[in-house]
Amino acid sequence: MKTLRVGYNSCGIAAGAEETLNKLHALLDGNSNFEIKKTGCNGMCYLEPIVDVIENGKIYTYGGLTSDKVEKFIESLEKGKHIDDWIILHPDHSTAQLSYQEKQVKLATKNIGVIDPENIDDYIAAAGYQALEKVLKTMNRQQVIDQVRASGLRGRGGAGFSCGMKWQFAKDAPGEEKYMICNGDEGDPGAFMDRSTLEGDPHGVIEGMTIGAYAVGAQVGFFYVRAEYPLAVKRLRLAIKQAEAKGYSGKNILGTGFNFSLHVIEGAGAFVCGEETALIASIEGKRGMPRTRPPFPATHGIWGKPTNNNNVETYANIPYIIREGGAAFSKYGTDMSKGTKVFALAGKIKRGGMIEVPMGITINEIVNDIGGGIINDGKCKAVQMGGPSGGCIPAHLHDTPIDYEKIMATGAIVGSGGMVFMDQGTCMVDIARYFLSFTVEESCGKCTFCRVGTKRMLEILERITAGEGTEEDIPLLQKLCDSIIKGSLCGLGQTAPNPVLTTLRYFRDEYEAHIREKKCPAKKCKALITYRVVADKCTGCTLCARTCPVGAASGERKQVHQIDDLKCTRCGFCKDACKFDAIVVE
Amino acid sequence: MEQPDLSYVDEVLNRYKGHKGTLITVLQQVQAHKGYLEKEALERVARSMGVPTARIYGVVTFYAQFRLTPVGKHLIRVCHGTACHVQNADGLTEAVEGELGLKTGETTPDMLFTVESVACLGCCSLAPVIMVGEKVYGKLSTDKVRKVIKEYQKMEKEVVQ
Repeated sequence: MKTLRVGYNSCGIAAGAEETLNKLHALLDGNSNFEIKKTGCNGMCYLEPIVDVIENGKIYTYGGLTSDKVEKFIESLEKGKHIDDWIILHPDHSTAQLSYQEKQVKLATKNIGVIDPENIDDYIAAAGYQALEKVLKTMNRQQVIDQVRASGLRGRGGAGFSCGMKWQFAKDAPGEEKYMICNGDEGDPGAFMDRSTLEGDPHGVIEGMTIGAYAVGAQVGFFYVRAEYPLAVKRLRLAIKQAEAKGYSGKNILGTGFNFSLHVIEGAGAFVCGEETALIASIEGKRGMPRTRPPFPATHGIWGKPTNNNNVETYANIPYIIREGGAAFSKYGTDMSKGTKVFALAGKIKRGGMIEVPMGITINEIVNDIGGGIINDGKCKAVQMGGPSGGCIPAHLHDTPIDYEKIMATGAIVGSGGMVFMDQGTCMVDIARYFLSFTVEESCGKCTFCRVGTKRMLEILERITAGEGTEEDIPLLQKLCDSIIKGSLCGLGQTAPNPVLTTLRYFRDEYEAHIREKKCPAKKCKALITYRVVADKCTGCTLCARTCPVGAASGERKQVHQIDDLKCTRCGFCKDACKFDAIVVE
Repeated sequence: MEQPDLSYVDEVLNRYKGHKGTLITVLQQVQAHKGYLEKEALERVARSMGVPTARIYGVVTFYAQFRLTPVGKHLIRVCHGTACHVQNADGLTEAVEGELGLKTGETTPDMLFTVESVACLGCCSLAPVIMVGEKVYGKLSTDKVRKVIKEYQKMEKEVVQ
């Protein structure tokens, strides 16, 4: 009997896992030698669709198994053979892809890609809900909090506030009616850890949150999940129903008299709702605008009642901490940042996916050992951490260990865990402009400095990338950064200047090249580049002329083509279309 | 002017009667019926929930998910997350706009396609990506994205014939 596990998260489905799964069913339904299971994503998104073959307790992981390969794959398995070239992780020997896994330590994500997220029995078989049972039957509320405090777990949403202390505040807050929130409004562009966790192991998050509810004394909990994550919402709702049916959620949990009901709310699309007071306003059905703190949600949250709010990954760590004890968690990490952290690798990196690593690992180890380096064997120029609130860390600082304080010292933040890698073809002024355009869109408009200040900053950056920047622009940007940090109420505004401040600090020469020489060193900014045909390489295939939407590329068949610079809109379609690399950007 | 049939709005409203803080959920479910929120529907929600129309309008315009104009049969969302941005998401937008002859935010006159830009779809490892309806297309280039659009156009033509 062989078990086939198909990685079936949104990333896998987008890469073709649905077609692979359908093909497997078409070939194997009714065949008692095979069992097909759906799981989440094991983190190796770059090789999806992924199928694990489990036989005699050994796991063979196949990558890039698109539907056209399924027939050959099954044929071979039926003969009792494996196709070694397609195996990315082998139980008996090392593979090239093994380095992606070797440095990882999976605590929060150990079940993702292993269990079927739509089947509670699978979760229970993987030690699921044991922590909840332990807490409800053998520990009092303070003991739970003490254990979480001992673990040193800090909030994984970005701010890094001590989870145990947060729970303590909510527990100590007077009042009988209390609430729990799970913030799954993962808004940072370039981050997808929470999506993958909710899709791959929803019960783990439910268990962690329910333990928290017991500790602080809450009766009702809300999952606030982005509407852009339909699969996460679907699996979470299913998981809650299953947990209720088995007595792990709802009324009189495990017969102990503890009640905790869970509700899923779909966010309607506002980045600022990641901020806790804005999120609470949104749950109450209002515009998601932050308010001044204090009072903090721990005493005045939903409907003015004490409320504890953590993000998905924070809760996902709790079952492990309770099962194994706080010390088991805190043995990983650095002095100030304990345990592991989940990151999403994306951008110009060879192996994009989701990883969980011990705190204290260096960025270099992540780029080179786990990520396999930069695509096309390029040079890593910077990594962007922390989304629009974070910053760009240049390559020469990539021996920095990942730790809340040490990353903060570079000007970036650990943030929720998005890491976007950049190579020489990425313009750092354009990246700053990109993030500012995001902030301008997402500013709720309450504070003048954030509302108007970010807009003025964006205008300056647009001017610089258009080749119309002046010497005064850099000091003006710096002044605006300072004012916005001081004059904004919430994290969105206070951190909005970070992408500009870090690029100014580490890539000032790129700003100056745009302003003084009217040149974009990365050859990205449209106003500062031209497209040209290399005569030696052009075969006169006419493809560029046929692709050009404005008629700027032209030429006779079998003759060298030209690009009319006055007509050219720098869309780059001709370069993408050219099969001979005959079009260059200057 | 003829009053549109609002029974679908009442259905949603009845489901959430008496529940606190459900305005956003109600609006999401009302929108699910037609793909957008018609003015009469908002007025009905306002009257039934006892909330001023202006406040409902404030909520609707605050969140990116809500729309006040009809949407095309195929909603094309071009992802502009950081990972997609560094892999030429702007180029994809230009290619999609060029292929359909519209600008982001607009709908083709035959009501078949609407193009939007979104902040991040969370499929960063497949960047750059677009989403057509519920289906994600990843690892695109300006060339490949045009082919995706052409497939949908061809499919629609076959439907007509």
